[in-house]
Amino acid sequence: MLQFTREQISEDGLNILLVGVGGQGTIMASNILAEAGVNLGYDVKKAEIHGMSQRGGSVISQLRWGEKVYSPIVPEGEADFLIAFEKLEAGRYKAGLKNNGVVLVNDQKMPPITVSARNALYPSDEQLEMGLREKTKNIHWINASHLAEELGDIRTANIVMIGALSIFVSGNAESWIDAIQKRVPERYSAINLKAFEIGRSAIMK
Amino acid sequence: MKRLLSGNEAVARGIWKAGATVGSAYPGTPSTEIMETFAKFPGVYAEWAPNEKVALDVAVGAAYAGARSFAAMKHVGVNVAADSLFYVAMTGIEAGLLIISADDPSMHSSQNEQDNRQYARFARIPCLEPSDSQEAQDFALMGFDISEQFDTPVLYRLTTRVCHTSSLVTLDEERHDFKREREFPRNVPKYVMIPSNARKRRPIIEHRIKELSDFAERLQINYIEERSTKLGIITAGISYQYAKEVFPEASILKLGMTYPLPQEKIRNFSKTVERVVVLEELDPFLEEQIRLMGIELYRGVDQGKSDIVAYYPNTKSIFPVAGELTPSVVKTAGIKNQLLEEDGASSPGTALEDEYPARPPALCPGCPHRSTFYILQKLKVPVNGDIGCYTLGVAPPLSSIHTVGCMGASIGVAHGAAVAGDTERHVAVIGDSTFFHTGIPALINVAYNKSNVLTIIMDNRVTGMTGHQENPGTGKTLQNMETGQINLEELVRAIGINKVMTVEAYDVAKIEQTLKEWLKEAEPAVLITKEECALLPTARKKWLPLQVQSDKCNGCTLCFRIGCPAIQKSEQMDERYHRPLAEIDPLLCTGCEICAQICPRDAILFREQVLAESEEHS
Repeated sequence: MLQFTREQISEDGLNILLVGVGGQGTIMASNILAEAGVNLGYDVKKAEIHGMSQRGGSVISQLRWGEKVYSPIVPEGEADFLIAFEKLEAGRYKAGLKNNGVVLVNDQKMPPITVSARNALYPSDEQLEMGLREKTKNIHWINASHLAEELGDIRTANIVMIGALSIFVSGNAESWIDAIQKRVPERYSAINLKAFEIGRSAIMK
Repeated sequence: MKRLLSGNEAVARGIWKAGATVGSAYPGTPSTEIMETFAKFPGVYAEWAPNEKVALDVAVGAAYAGARSFAAMKHVGVNVAADSLFYVAMTGIEAGLLIISADDPSMHSSQNEQDNRQYARFARIPCLEPSDSQEAQDFALMGFDISEQFDTPVLYRLTTRVCHTSSLVTLDEERHDFKREREFPRNVPKYVMIPSNARKRRPIIEHRIKELSDFAERLQINYIEERSTKLGIITAGISYQYAKEVFPEASILKLGMTYPLPQEKIRNFSKTVERVVVLEELDPFLEEQIRLMGIELYRGVDQGKSDIVAYYPNTKSIFPVAGELTPSVVKTAGIKNQLLEEDGASSPGTALEDEYPARPPALCPGCPHRSTFYILQKLKVPVNGDIGCYTLGVAPPLSSIHTVGCMGASIGVAHGAAVAGDTERHVAVIGDSTFFHTGIPALINVAYNKSNVLTIIMDNRVTGMTGHQENPGTGKTLQNMETGQINLEELVRAIGINKVMTVEAYDVAKIEQTLKEWLKEAEPAVLITKEECALLPTARKKWLPLQVQSDKCNGCTLCFRIGCPAIQKSEQMDERYHRPLAEIDPLLCTGCEICAQICPRDAILFREQVLAESEEHS
């Protein structure tokens, strides 16, 4: 499995795209990733667009770690990671990914209104997988929403995905756990830390 | 200690550190979080004003009274406040005044793109531009000193990528001890802009710009990074970051103050390199001024070939004039114009794949605006919309808005169409906060000049789109003080409109019946559709997902036509027509019952029915 070492990240930087649907906690996840990057000793920039449609619209957040980060925007086709909290979004944003980059897809379907109102077709899992394969073989489907629901709160699916990502990046788990504790309200801390562990073991398997 | 702060959070911190005590703003993306953050610091007064012009007047009054103060707004807010900007540029101030303009290149959430650095030149005031959160804090602090030293308001210009990027900021809790210890000035020649006084002030502000440009030569935030002598880049703001990323070898003149310019510094810098290029987003603001100085700038190699260049014969020949810059855009332009070697890296493609269905923004599930747009579409009337979440009434399948311009434009535009003799009855749709912003004078005009405009005020009890800010209708201030609530009906009657009614926004039948009746009449009328935004904490407590009874649904698709993200096509097909049945996503549905009301087959259970069913099962 691909591993991003400290030397690599310091030298080349690490670019992460997080995409999801309004209400899924995409921004919260990117806040945690930004803190984790700081805890691991990197310079960090995180850029996002706030706009219309709080629930049900497309949300994208861009994260960059490195020795020194200048542009907050990830150059097109330069993302090392594409983290999709909804599976259609993985397909929609795949052009942002570097060739042979890593895709983590939450196996969660939230059809946009173009499907119900304009007869657009929601792609099948096979179509999505084939589309992503044009870019990379490093595709990991994670049943994050289901795992989070089993844990007792579907809203922790974003942290399950963060847990999965953490496996690919060298550095101690404490840096990640501390980032979660910093950004998540205290009363949800325990369940989110469990979600993080679940995400880690989902990839380890 | 270093902490991650967004540009907006850092600006607020810098202002607080400067000892500023008064801030006034109207929310607007990407500026909103500046005032929200400032409001939480100890020892400050922060408020939401009904519009940006009022906000700026408030900040001016505070600065006259000797308190360091600021007003914050998005780029188009400065248009609203421009009248005030120009008089305060003339009068100057007693204590420091910052006017924050958060520009939105690429119009991520705006109706037009504009480069507000032009306002600095227009009004003869200095302009500061940070390029990351650290500078966003530090320049804010510095802005107050410049303001006081030169007796001028300072334009603090940010862009979306500075406002909404988080980066590390060195933190300390040190705060400038700024004491307000003067009487309110009785300096009539300075502060009363009657023509005789204004004429005397006029040369003073020209002289001020001259002094500021001398100051710019010594200012440390205008600095040179010496590297290769082959290429020199003059840049500012977020463009500086792209210069560093894409041209790591180039020498750079980084301007922290972009108006007025340090002319000698620019001349000296351009002598040290073979080619000089200006890298700036949007207008050729620096480039025009530098070319006017007689400095030869590199023009690129494809001059005259692109459409955009054709309109700018002498500038903007390398980087685009429209849309925000990105590393990819800068790199592509650099290669095309032989500033960079082709490196064989992946060429930028389109960010979105069109092989997949789009996910356009839509009114949220449970949005109380949905019912009115559904009816307006049925009635096929011309609808003039306004700025807010409800602008999304334009999107399919609701498709019921025909014009949208700027804040408060809906009512005036509808009135104009009416007095022009348009035979159709014009409707104006405006939100509560937008009505307070600039809708009221336009409604006064409708009443005063007696047109037949039918205005719908969509009162969702909050300023919604920018993320739930309090407003004069909510009964709370920004700093959480209890206050009165404007009674919309009484206000509208006082203006002189006699036909006014408030209906529950979720009551589809009532809205339809009222509009149908009123459209037959000719007098100006105001319908207030009232229901709190479904995302407010009090509304969330009432969420209850509805259900579709699959034995009753026959896939008629009527409920798909309200454009609710919670209603989806199920995999189950109707046996007779082979159409997909509707299903409701329980994670998204709030139980607003709009779909249940319009379902012709009673296939969607109302809240009471859902509750009764769940009791039966338990």
